[in-house]
Amino acid sequence: MKSKKIATLGLITALAMILSYVEALVPLSIAVPGVKIGLPNIAVIYALYRLGVKEACAVSLVRVFLVSLLFGNAMSLAYSVAGAVLSLAVMIPLMKSGRFGVTGTSVAGGVMHNVGQILVAIILLETGALAYYLPVLCVSGVIAGVCVGVVSSLILKRTEKK
Amino acid sequence: MDKKKLKNDILLIAALLVVAAAVWLAVTLTRTDGAYARVEADGEIVMTLPLDKDADVVIGEGERTNRLIIKDGAAYVTDASCPDHLCVRQGRASKSGETIVCLPNKFVVTIIGGEDGEIDMVLR
Repeated sequence: MKSKKIATLGLITALAMILSYVEALVPLSIAVPGVKIGLPNIAVIYALYRLGVKEACAVSLVRVFLVSLLFGNAMSLAYSVAGAVLSLAVMIPLMKSGRFGVTGTSVAGGVMHNVGQILVAIILLETGALAYYLPVLCVSGVIAGVCVGVVSSLILKRTEKK
Repeated sequence: MDKKKLKNDILLIAALLVVAAAVWLAVTLTRTDGAYARVEADGEIVMTLPLDKDADVVIGEGERTNRLIIKDGAAYVTDASCPDHLCVRQGRASKSGETIVCLPNKFVVTIIGGEDGEIDMVLR
């Protein structure tokens, strides 16, 4: 049982990393830094709903760390960690409350991911004026969250144990 | 899917959009024409340029440079060393509080108003 879990977690983390890479390959041409679909969140949500809270945190943080190590730098690590932590901090209670669907959880996670990144940018660049991007990132987070949520709930439904 | 969950999801999304709209409105309505473009690199103010005077400056050194143009009361970046050129795509900034940001170069241009001007240095 234990080795099966290790294998599953490794697989999902690898999947999350590939999704980060795919996302980096297709840049969205919007003039606001930080707008993206958040494909890796599909893997995190799968882990959250199928495996549990601890497992989802592990997948998310290991993925962020490894992706920054492979393709990014210390700056991108700071942005990603803030996004990932805030997003998990909101998604976990929403999932546990049982009142929201996968899409709701994913939308909240997507928006909080963006908020986290903007907060780090405000701190690093020491510019409060960046808060001006919050509405744009909020809307983009909602759209991205809906896409990710729909895909995630389809995956969760189809991988259900019979 | 559970109907109640779906309803809650939609409520959540609507609430987030309302918050976004409110913040956007607050930011837009309180905005006036700016008087100066404040240029920051690595978190330090490099220069402050008046918007009513045309200028063409290159900020930064070595491989981290951004070319800032000031023309007709608006500031914009035409050239940058960063890979994504998001700062170029952000276009013109002229209203107080608007910014042009280049994350890779840690370069920020903020338009500041004449009335609330917290100006450290004016370069003429």
